[in-house]
Amino acid sequence: MRSSRLPWLMLVALFVFCFGAAAKLDLWFQGWQGSRTQSANLLSVTLGDARRLFANHFFVKADAYFHSGYYPSVFDSRQAFQTPHMAEDTGAVRGSNSGDENGFLGRPRDWIDAFSRQFYPSVHTHLDEGGAEGHPASAGDLGDSSGVREILPWLRLSAELDPNRIETYTVTAYWLRQRMGKVAEAEQFLREGLRENPGSFEILFELGRVFAENHHDLARARNLWEAALRNWQRSEGLKEKPDPFIAEKIVSHLALLELNQGDYRQAMTHLEMWKQYSPIPEAVQKRVEELRQNLPRGTGQSRP
Amino acid sequence: MKNILAVSSIVIKELYRRKDFYVLFILTALICLVMASVRIFNDDKIVRYLKEICLLLVWLASLVIAITTTARQIPAERENRTLLPLLAKPLSRTELLLGKFLGCWLACGLALVCFYLFFGLLAGSREHHWPVTNYLQAGGLHWAMLGMVIALTLLGSLVFSAPSSNVTICFVIVSGILLLGRHLNKVALALPEPRRSLLYSLYYAIPHLELFDVRDLIIHNWPPIAWRVCALATLYALAYAAGFLIAACLVFRRRALN
Repeated sequence: MRSSRLPWLMLVALFVFCFGAAAKLDLWFQGWQGSRTQSANLLSVTLGDARRLFANHFFVKADAYFHSGYYPSVFDSRQAFQTPHMAEDTGAVRGSNSGDENGFLGRPRDWIDAFSRQFYPSVHTHLDEGGAEGHPASAGDLGDSSGVREILPWLRLSAELDPNRIETYTVTAYWLRQRMGKVAEAEQFLREGLRENPGSFEILFELGRVFAENHHDLARARNLWEAALRNWQRSEGLKEKPDPFIAEKIVSHLALLELNQGDYRQAMTHLEMWKQYSPIPEAVQKRVEELRQNLPRGTGQSRP
Repeated sequence: MKNILAVSSIVIKELYRRKDFYVLFILTALICLVMASVRIFNDDKIVRYLKEICLLLVWLASLVIAITTTARQIPAERENRTLLPLLAKPLSRTELLLGKFLGCWLACGLALVCFYLFFGLLAGSREHHWPVTNYLQAGGLHWAMLGMVIALTLLGSLVFSAPSSNVTICFVIVSGILLLGRHLNKVALALPEPRRSLLYSLYYAIPHLELFDVRDLIIHNWPPIAWRVCALATLYALAYAAGFLIAACLVFRRRALN
């Protein structure tokens, strides 16, 4: 006759084995780089690195909200929406849009197509110009811009999904401080971005704008822009074909800041650099010459 | 008509006795309330993301209720051996089918009233304005769309042997139409003949369920749709529902009951 205690003994033995294995493996697991439990972020734990794939989707979704749902699908012509408009409007990214943004739907192809346009947004509007309740985007900036807050959840989610997507931080910060007056939140979000992307010249530049335009702390703005320029030269400047888009913005802001501060020698240095990066160097050269003519001899001061 | 109403009242009673609706409603409410508690950049006026999530859940829940409730109607009667006694009474097969359709449709309508009331309260508590006309139109069009889905599922329950296969096929068809129906004509135009004509014919033949999805208009506070357009869309839905019901009646008439 088999002992009735045998299953219980086996159960206890298995429990002891599992307990011991867990205690042994836990030490290794805590130190393992690939452990998702090291992150406190729920999205990071559940999706792992795959979450980055969705970041762009939510960034584009924010742009769809910016248009109150009027947005091309994968089946429509996206030429006029290659760069999200809400990002292009901030000036933080270079725009590459072409074509008619008011008519990506084209003429109705059949009666179902014509009829169905009554049931989804089919007019081009921007939230910062009043959105669906206001007037078409082509009518100009006259409406209520508070509706632009509606893009923020998707931008926040995009940053959570891909913390290394710098564009998300700069675009969000622009809308927060420029259109919603949330300067503290914009600064905090940019600092968060800087922690995730140490030395990012785009974020440093945007942070400089917060200090210059909102806090009116020009000394800190100058420091941030100079750091941004150094970082740009370190990363982009060494490339065979550097992208001068942000560099031009940094040096132009630095040049104007020095001009306002009366440090003409420094301003001239930045103007020369601006000319180098500008797509229209003639216009910058004109400013250089104007400055040279108006500058009396011996006034080329530099800041202490 | 009396017989049809009697059958439909049994179906409605069945819905509120079952737990499906309550579970889906509580789940929707819980998810929405958790999402509403999230503060984004210290701004408590952000609402559209919440409206989008809530409407998505309402659409999913309503489709689940409509398809699963309808798909089990006839097979359950057959399995419980109540179909023959039911038809032994002065009740024709057509009346039974129409009663089942009406019951499922009304039951879904009741569920939609609860869902849209919750949605309206949630959105209104943040937005502080009540676009009742827009919500009525959205709910009405949604209900009309469910009429087509219910009629299609009823037809499926007579064609397919198992309710599970009917549910799966109906979900695939409905999701496919909702996601791609609007774009089939664009895809067709890019194809060479004869595939172009074939796809374009399919585009004209399918019931365009996506027409009734006005969530984007509600989320982004677009003005209401013209009532004439709503009436036309409802007629379109009723025509398709009637078509599916006639087909179901024809299949049911020739079907052996045991």
